[in-house]
Amino acid sequence: MTSFKDVFNSYDWDKVKASIYSKTEADVLHALQKTKRNLEDFKALISPAAEPFLEEMAQLSQQISLKRFGNTIQLFAPLYLSNECNNICTYCGFSFDNKVRRKTLNEKEILQEVEAIKSMGYDHVLLVTGEANQSVHVDYFKKAIALISPYFSNVSMEVQPLDQEEYETLTPYGLHAVLVYQETYHREDYKKHHPKGKKSNFDYRLETPDRLGRAKIHKMGLGVLIGLEDWRTDSFFTALHLSYLERTYWQSKYSISFPRLRPFSGGLEPKVDMSDRELLQLICAYRIFNEEVELSLSTRESEKFRNNVLKLGITSMSAGSKTNPGGYAVEPETLEQFEISDERSPAQIADLIRSQGYEPVWKDWDNVLSLKTY
Amino acid sequence: MLKIGKFTFESRLFTGTGKYSSSALMEESVLASASELVTVALKRVDLKNQFQDNLLLKLNHPHIKLLPNTSGVRNAKEAVFAAQLAREALETDLIKLEIHPDPKYLMPDPIETLKATEELAKLGFIVLPYIHADPVLCKRLEEAGTSAVMPLGSPIGSNKGLKTIDFLEIIIEQSNVPVVVDAGIGAPSDAAKAMEIGADAVLVNTAIAVSPDPVAMGLAFKLAVEAGRMAFEAKLAPQHTGALASSPLTSFLDD
Repeated sequence: MTSFKDVFNSYDWDKVKASIYSKTEADVLHALQKTKRNLEDFKALISPAAEPFLEEMAQLSQQISLKRFGNTIQLFAPLYLSNECNNICTYCGFSFDNKVRRKTLNEKEILQEVEAIKSMGYDHVLLVTGEANQSVHVDYFKKAIALISPYFSNVSMEVQPLDQEEYETLTPYGLHAVLVYQETYHREDYKKHHPKGKKSNFDYRLETPDRLGRAKIHKMGLGVLIGLEDWRTDSFFTALHLSYLERTYWQSKYSISFPRLRPFSGGLEPKVDMSDRELLQLICAYRIFNEEVELSLSTRESEKFRNNVLKLGITSMSAGSKTNPGGYAVEPETLEQFEISDERSPAQIADLIRSQGYEPVWKDWDNVLSLKTY
Repeated sequence: MLKIGKFTFESRLFTGTGKYSSSALMEESVLASASELVTVALKRVDLKNQFQDNLLLKLNHPHIKLLPNTSGVRNAKEAVFAAQLAREALETDLIKLEIHPDPKYLMPDPIETLKATEELAKLGFIVLPYIHADPVLCKRLEEAGTSAVMPLGSPIGSNKGLKTIDFLEIIIEQSNVPVVVDAGIGAPSDAAKAMEIGADAVLVNTAIAVSPDPVAMGLAFKLAVEAGRMAFEAKLAPQHTGALASSPLTSFLDD
């Protein structure tokens, strides 16, 4: 069976990094002038050599996005179901060693949160949890999705990695997309940041998109947590992963996120800082490299940044997010995963999108389109 | 006059509803284009509250017929189910069959499309399938009971024009059902060209929706489609590359 692990193991982190940092102005110009770009071009576009070309990249990225996605931005909201977690992750508020009271929503509470999210206008919801397999397991997800899917046209999920069969049991209940971020593709550093829990298994996480592809999921999301390692090298591996997946699981759609490490209770200082300028360079590089991939920007980013980049390659945004279970209605003061930065309401963000001549899209899927077979 | 199934159309320009910066601008642009058949993605409209759906409300004009499309389905079974939902919610037998299991380039699946067309035709739908410019597939779809064929000019949303022109010409020559060139038409000149070679209609979305002035572009496409059709009916003068005055090979006959 084909697996990304084999592709990944044929690359060496340090060599990739050296190759990115040795890209020249000529490499960047070559990448910009082509119509189809490969992974070497992507390296050039994320390299320091591309920094002087940011304006050109932004213009190109805008043009390409417009052609594919039109004058639109999709909106979605996260719904945190649980902050219970058995993993120790150095950068996360839900980390097991963060001794704060935990909460998992019951069915009644889920419906209260659903009502609050629906009242903000949302039709696409992203379910989020920590990893607590004894209480927040496949049966819990099955019940939660069955409960939620009548209210939303699109239900996505960002939870612990599951087995192929488990994903296959969830899709008939209305699960449309699954996001699993590798956090970092630096194997040794990954170990340092995930010392305990099931998440410490780097390979199991790395092969999650393969399992999702075999389960024929409609869409999957990739990304790394920016701040843990050199973001350029980590982004190259993300692009490599994307290219492999697109070739192998050609019936799935892909999205990429680029979360930057945010403050949280008990937090870690980023090892590597990424400036706004660099984040924009990365967004444009992804768009120029891959014209079809969806690019998502969360409330982790500031108002100013979100106001200005929404037309430069992004295809979806969240707004008014709560990162704690019960945060919208049930119990607003529970432990949150991280502090958001842009606190504007969905209505304000929708107005912002309109004021820039774009249309906010609340609905771009209908779960009736994938037949429920349970 | 163009006839598809039981419906007739004055306009040979079909349009779409995606990618506009607002639904108000979409409405204005569609009206400027004088299009009478407008496709709507089922995944974008609220089928449970169709009478409140903003997009559908904007298309509520007596001369406009809705052409629901199945974009997002991956096989024949899902497509048939979606078509039935569309028929119920939007009260129309018209269905634009889009089965593209490849979400990157949105390439239509010929096998699933043929299967779905067979079934939908039996259920009384007026089927307009989006397909590759494949002449044999077009004949197979005819046998399956399709009401039109919609071969692509180039990849959807690419604005690259009629890259498949040689195959389109064969399809047009052989077809017993209307041929609607769909996908890839990037400029009014592409639309005019498609009409000049004898296409019965064209479907244009991205080139209009993404233009900085979608209303003017809607009108430009209307005029181009009319000009192309008029030229086709008037019969284009044949093209010649060299002079035909002397006849060195046959002049001996006159000696």
